[in-house]
Amino acid sequence: MPTATTQTNHVLLEVKNLSKSFRGLMAVQNYHVRLVEGEILGIIGPNGAGKSTVFNLFTGHLRPTDGSIEFRNIDITNAPPEEIASLGIGRTFQNIRLFGSMSCLGNVIAALQMKERQNLLEAVLNLSRFREQEKRLESQALALLALFNLQEQVNAPALSLSYGDQRRLEIVRALALNPRLLLLDEPTAGMNPHESAEVIRLIKRIHDDYTLTIIIIEHNMPLVMKVCSRIQVLNYGEIIAEGTPEKVRNDPRVIESYLGRAG
Amino acid sequence: MKQDRSTTIVSLAGIGLAFLALWLLHAFGGYYIERIVIGVGINLILVISLNLANGFTGLFSLGHIGFMAIGAYASAILTLPLSLKSTNLPDLPSFLARTQMAFLPAVLIGGLIAMLVAFLIGLSLMRLTGPYISVATMGFLVIVQVVLTNWDSMTRGARTFAGVPEYTNVWNVWIWAMLVLYIVWRIKFSSFGRKMMAARDNEIAARSLGINVVASRLLAFCLSAFFTGVAGALWAHFITAFSPKSFYFSQTFSVVTMLVVGGLGSLSGSVVGVMLITLLSEILRNAERGFAIGPLVIPEVYGASQVIMAILFVLFIVFRPRGLLGDAELDVRKFFKREKEVAG
Repeated sequence: MPTATTQTNHVLLEVKNLSKSFRGLMAVQNYHVRLVEGEILGIIGPNGAGKSTVFNLFTGHLRPTDGSIEFRNIDITNAPPEEIASLGIGRTFQNIRLFGSMSCLGNVIAALQMKERQNLLEAVLNLSRFREQEKRLESQALALLALFNLQEQVNAPALSLSYGDQRRLEIVRALALNPRLLLLDEPTAGMNPHESAEVIRLIKRIHDDYTLTIIIIEHNMPLVMKVCSRIQVLNYGEIIAEGTPEKVRNDPRVIESYLGRAG
Repeated sequence: MKQDRSTTIVSLAGIGLAFLALWLLHAFGGYYIERIVIGVGINLILVISLNLANGFTGLFSLGHIGFMAIGAYASAILTLPLSLKSTNLPDLPSFLARTQMAFLPAVLIGGLIAMLVAFLIGLSLMRLTGPYISVATMGFLVIVQVVLTNWDSMTRGARTFAGVPEYTNVWNVWIWAMLVLYIVWRIKFSSFGRKMMAARDNEIAARSLGINVVASRLLAFCLSAFFTGVAGALWAHFITAFSPKSFYFSQTFSVVTMLVVGGLGSLSGSVVGVMLITLLSEILRNAERGFAIGPLVIPEVYGASQVIMAILFVLFIVFRPRGLLGDAELDVRKFFKREKEVAG
């Protein structure tokens, strides 16, 4: 079971009144969330409800039209993606974005190396400090890849991986940043039931092992119900329901937006 | 990616062999061969440094020969004998008119000026992507050309700049070439190279990891411009007389062909590309004078070698757009390992 009971109730992410419009079309309207450390939040909703837009606003890939985002009490509303990443938000993408020509190992090391500094001169002269650093990065990357059962493919180019493996590699890469908050955009999309069950197990495990706070966007309802302590339902860019899985499941507005008006 | 003793031994052996081959060519090859060997060394520096910019970051610069021109003219002006300066370049600023520098500092200054220019234009250019960067850098090449042909007091304008001391030889060129290859190789397998290639493969993902995409591209562009400037300086002291037209589209095309044939991102590919294209163009250049195979007599067709090279380039783009090696490296250790596996 998740050790969510031991959390210290620190607010990690505070989003108020967040809106984004694309040429007048409101993609996200008045979105808000207060995320406590250690929580797993699920965001669900039909296609085009603005779920991925919310992630892109959190990570600075899009700039909000209105509202504010605070992460660890730092205002990141208009910060660029690089800065937000270095503050500790790691993410995956709905349409997988790997470094295709690089090996799995290279993909993970590219993320791991961000918390270390290398000196160009040391690298060029191949000094022992640089060599040790490279060795350490490699062994850390191998351990992370093994955790997600990718140890067989470490030297394969990322693009040659199967779809499910690519999704898992992207999670490993995000995890390699050692983030405080992990944003997973449809982590089980395109996977068979067996693979998704495995990924659910891994998400739970990294949540416990790394004391991570996680937000998951998913279409896979059983997954969301199983993993998340709290769920937000978006439709047309607005939160239409929020609460525990049981509460959300029985909410008439949710049923309506997913199944259509009954009668 | 593993760095162990065997890699060092293999690379040292490779360098040793290369210099042994150079010495043999130098001792027994004669003038013609020696000129080709020097030309290959300079082209190696040009193609490897172009690979650092174009192959690693994916921003396809078509303006690098502009940096070559800057290095060549800078070093030529700095080393020109004083007597020649007063006759050929009477309007030089006085501090330049009075100095005659040694070879190495002049080459380094040539490279540094090229790097400085790269930094200044890179600050804005490195924010571009795709075809836009190619067009913009080509614009830079044209600007350099116009400046060179009109800055009479420094460059003699469109006229030939002659009398540059012939300092370049097989040894200093190949020491530079090995040095550049080694440095760029080390960059490829360090955090710097990974940042460049990550940003090339997926800019959005790279930024989401905290990689400063513009900074890492700028690093590649500036280092690359430095080495290209050095190559230009070495070339100036090899050819000794040149004009702005020497640094224009035909030179750009030649270097880009070598890079693309070898494979963008692969350093061993660059070496293979340079060797192959140089060899081929020398053979073709000799063949276009006309030759006879038994009763079959091929008449002289001047310019045919250029046409054949261009056709070859097109064929490569169509059938093997990633070049001979893609961005993989020839790995001698892997070769030996496979042997062992077969044996065991």
